[in-house]
Amino acid sequence: MNHISPVIWQFLVKWLTNFALLPPEASKIAPQMDALLFFLVLVSLIGLTIVVLLVVSFSILYNKKRHPVAVQVEGSTLLEAIWTIIPLGLFLVIFVWGALIYFRVFTPPANAMNIYVVGKQWMWKVEHPGGQHEINALHVPTGRAVQLTLISQDVFHSFSIPAFRVKREAIPGRYTTVWFEATTPGTYHLFCTQYCGTNHSQMTGDVVVMSPEEYRKWLASSTSGVSLAQNGERLFASLSCAACHNARPDARGPSLANVYGAKLALASGGTVIADDAYLREAILNPSQHITQGYAPIMPTYQGQISEEGVIALIEYIKNLNSDYRIEQTLNSTEMPPGSEGAAKGGVTPAVKGPVTKGTVKP
Amino acid sequence: MSTHTIVSLPDQSTARIPKDNYITRENGLLSWLLTSDHKRIAILYLISITFFFFIGGALAGLIRLELLTPQADLMASDTYNKVFTMHGVIMIFFFLVPSVPATLGNFFIPMMIGAKDLALPKVNLLSWYLYMAGGLLALYTMTVGGVDTGWTFTTPLSTHYVNTNVLTTGLAVFIAGFSSILTGLNFIVTIHKMRAPGLTWFRLPLFIWSNYAASILMVLGTPVLAIAIVLIALERTLGIGVFDPTKGGDPLLFQHLFWFYSHPAVYIMILPGMGVISEVISNFSRKRVFGYTAVAFSSVAIAVFGFFVWAHHMFIMGISNYAVLVFSLLSMLVAVPSAIKIFNWSLTLYKGSITFETPMLYAFGFMGLFTIGGMTGVFLGSSGTDIHLTETYFIVAHFHFVMVGGMLMAFLAGIHFWWPKMTGRMYPEKISQLAAVVTFIGFNLTFFPQFILGMLGMPRRYAAYPPEFQILNVFSTAGATILGVGYLLPVLYLVWSLRYGAIAGDNPWQATGLEWQTQSPPLTENFAVIPIMDHEAYDYEWLEKQQKEKGVTSVG
Amino acid sequence: MLDRSANTAHSAHEGHPPYLRHHFNSTEQQADAAGFAMWLFLLTEVMFFGGLFTAYLIYRNWYYPAFVAGSHQLDVRWGTLNTLVLICSSFTMAMGVWCAETRRRKGLVLSLTLTFILGLGFLGIKTVEYREKIEKHHVPGFHYSLKSFLDPQSDPEIYAEYHDKPLVPDMARHTELYFSLYFLMTGMHALHMIIGIGILGFMILRAKAGAYTAGHVTFVENFGLYWHFVDIIWIYLFALLYLISRHQ
Repeated sequence: MNHISPVIWQFLVKWLTNFALLPPEASKIAPQMDALLFFLVLVSLIGLTIVVLLVVSFSILYNKKRHPVAVQVEGSTLLEAIWTIIPLGLFLVIFVWGALIYFRVFTPPANAMNIYVVGKQWMWKVEHPGGQHEINALHVPTGRAVQLTLISQDVFHSFSIPAFRVKREAIPGRYTTVWFEATTPGTYHLFCTQYCGTNHSQMTGDVVVMSPEEYRKWLASSTSGVSLAQNGERLFASLSCAACHNARPDARGPSLANVYGAKLALASGGTVIADDAYLREAILNPSQHITQGYAPIMPTYQGQISEEGVIALIEYIKNLNSDYRIEQTLNSTEMPPGSEGAAKGGVTPAVKGPVTKGTVKP
Repeated sequence: MSTHTIVSLPDQSTARIPKDNYITRENGLLSWLLTSDHKRIAILYLISITFFFFIGGALAGLIRLELLTPQADLMASDTYNKVFTMHGVIMIFFFLVPSVPATLGNFFIPMMIGAKDLALPKVNLLSWYLYMAGGLLALYTMTVGGVDTGWTFTTPLSTHYVNTNVLTTGLAVFIAGFSSILTGLNFIVTIHKMRAPGLTWFRLPLFIWSNYAASILMVLGTPVLAIAIVLIALERTLGIGVFDPTKGGDPLLFQHLFWFYSHPAVYIMILPGMGVISEVISNFSRKRVFGYTAVAFSSVAIAVFGFFVWAHHMFIMGISNYAVLVFSLLSMLVAVPSAIKIFNWSLTLYKGSITFETPMLYAFGFMGLFTIGGMTGVFLGSSGTDIHLTETYFIVAHFHFVMVGGMLMAFLAGIHFWWPKMTGRMYPEKISQLAAVVTFIGFNLTFFPQFILGMLGMPRRYAAYPPEFQILNVFSTAGATILGVGYLLPVLYLVWSLRYGAIAGDNPWQATGLEWQTQSPPLTENFAVIPIMDHEAYDYEWLEKQQKEKGVTSVG
Repeated sequence: MLDRSANTAHSAHEGHPPYLRHHFNSTEQQADAAGFAMWLFLLTEVMFFGGLFTAYLIYRNWYYPAFVAGSHQLDVRWGTLNTLVLICSSFTMAMGVWCAETRRRKGLVLSLTLTFILGLGFLGIKTVEYREKIEKHHVPGFHYSLKSFLDPQSDPEIYAEYHDKPLVPDMARHTELYFSLYFLMTGMHALHMIIGIGILGFMILRAKAGAYTAGHVTFVENFGLYWHFVDIIWIYLFALLYLISRHQ
């Protein structure tokens, strides 16, 4: 794309977008995708022109009146080779180019900020880590890589932002991700593009791109006051997770401080990176994701926690770099008598030692 | 000899339809309903698929009417969802899949290879009854509330989230699937075992090669659809959990099983049409198809490669990036044989002697529209651009270009080409050429704007849409009206021709196929004497010699 | 599905046997076509079962402990017996084909009858097994019970043999998936057996009347192919469903 004169490119884009053949380009990947789309249109036009020219010119030159006797021509290996290899070559170029773009769209940079999206019939729930909740809307800043972590609560949905040229399925049962970097402030369409039932066509919304300044203002003004991580902490306490997941030497579960992103050895053998997907599975299907050295006694929380709840817990765990607050929750939470969550030997609220930073059990 | 048509009809004042033919041999409704004659079965299919086509078409009309305005104002969203679902189910399973194979294939495969019937005639009749059972069940479903899952039956929507008639529709498709399997099986056995003496594989007409390739797909692919439907039924009734993530199942497994059939299905639909195009282009340019061997092998290549690309329908569904790479590459490979065919057909015209009767017009329409449809497939096979274009109207436009602009045009080309052989009557040329042109114009106006809608981001299966998409939708609906006229006309004039059409004689097109060397309509046993093949396919020089020797070009 | 051409009340004329259908040139061509058609049909059956096998293999890979526990609930003795029964029935079927080819009418009737009985025996054993599953509430969708897996000692017979450890609840619930596939695969197989036995019954009657020992053996041969295919499917099912990790 760099070798096309920027002037010509701008003209083409303006012409194209004014004639509205493509949505406005509002993300970094959009021009790259449009370049390939343009190339594809060009190749198609050339291909079509060749075929039409052949058919039309032969029809004129060799119609019955002009050419009453047909000359039998068996074929031509050379021609076969030509029109096999050239299309194949073109298609392979397109394949590589397309694959590059695909990998770019689905490989987020390390510094991407994460926003969670939960799709359900028939709305999008957008959860910002700072506690901003949106329905059928997504506010993002320009100049910042944004990763969306998507999941569905019920059926397949698909989160589509045509102006960004990104789209990703929201599937029940596991996270999918996509990332983009918005470039142009404005309001753009958000669509659900996977048929999901009665109000599929009503599951639309707005993506609002703002300058970083505006975005900061928006964040401040629309926060619910409780960040996702704080929500997660509340859940962590109310679900009695700390009963097993604490820093005590006799704890039945591994400490979760700094576990996000760490390499874990699993009880079933093999290692895994503790990312969003792993954490979600560990909460909902724990028996297959037990850390090495621990007994498979963690109960499943399937059915007891919503997708938003899982997201909140994950956010909490992501931000957990010490067990201090876990200790706090242990001390301040009522343990129902005789429950699995009852800490062994009771809780001694009086003693609070120094913050135990960085204790990570393997 | 005329300078602008190849048609050669017998002297109409003395010509008569042959007294003994497959239509007159036996009388009475039961002789048709219990026939084992492949030609009668083909006619039964022709009538029934035309019927289902118009039902599917009426549903399409409703869709386009709703989409005239941005709001969901013509019908409730639920109704709209049912309408597009049934449109898809009926058009795919009860029109497109059986169209060319079950009508033209059934009628002409035995005749083209010099056989008296298919290998398993009673199985052939069973195929038709299974088709009718499935079709009537689908119609019944529409009367008791329809189904609104989309023809793709995506789980978990279809298993846990709708209250509509998923099981009945699934059963209808299941039954129709067996019809398809049996037809394919019959064709493969027939082509392998019943060729006339001297008829080697590379002397076969390309229509046979295409139907053979499509039959392989029918036989190997359809059973997987059957099992996918069984699993949906059990998931829906017993909750076995095979597709339910809360029970440890995986909804993506359904996608894999479904598309493992449904991608080859599109090649099942198009390959027989491509076979028709080979026959028509050859005949109306009076030339052997250029690169016969390449075209024959390309049919088989499409069938083989077609089995390995299914996940290109799932690029954004969370399959691994590496799986995407593999399937994108294979999808690029499967596009090449189709390109080879288009070029070979184009070069068949070179140094030919071309006339522009209706079948040829449809064939030209096919070539242009299928090229566009096929190229837009490359847009979608390229994983990067698929991200933007998938699940939008671009997909809708792409498959309508290949299926309607391609397949349906090929079907009409075939019907017109073989009409004189099947009925003994010629259709009226002028009005049929008009209908072809009207169809072409209507088609482009209907579906080309949809490419633009897709690039702009308009999602598919939407009853309501943002207002800025309206004007393109209005164009599309206007086109659909014209298209409807274009499809209605053939029904009218073809029926008219049964009574008033010119007597066609044996070989009005002066074609080289074995089917044209018999009377029109044919005898029940096709050939009084089994022919012996001593020449290649599309041997116009042989034909000329025959005609000189026999001294006649047609019989009355 | 086969071309049932035996004895269409047809007087021998033109010097060809009465069972030659008119669209064929010779009996060889007819037999050839029929055999080819049967092989093709069996290929479609492979694809049909293939979808089920795919689902089975994926879930067995994901939920191995649940599949082990589920497999232990199947009695490998009944399974082995059933396998033997089917292998014997394939033998008797092959004998039947030989008898037809060598025009041994009585032998054919005997072979087919033995095959029929063995087939019924298979179904009988299957019924016993299914009944046990029903009694233990291991039928998905019908009050499915996880008790045997959460607490293996509540199931003394199985426990005595395998000493399974209890499964954690979220692994135990995947046993329902195992049993779904078990019933689906064996049920589909049993359906094919029932159809086969039905056709066998018809064939025994026709064989008694000498229909297959007058030179026209196509029907028997092709049915034999079908019967052997159903047998092979069972052997795969037996290995996959019954023999998971029998020794802990």
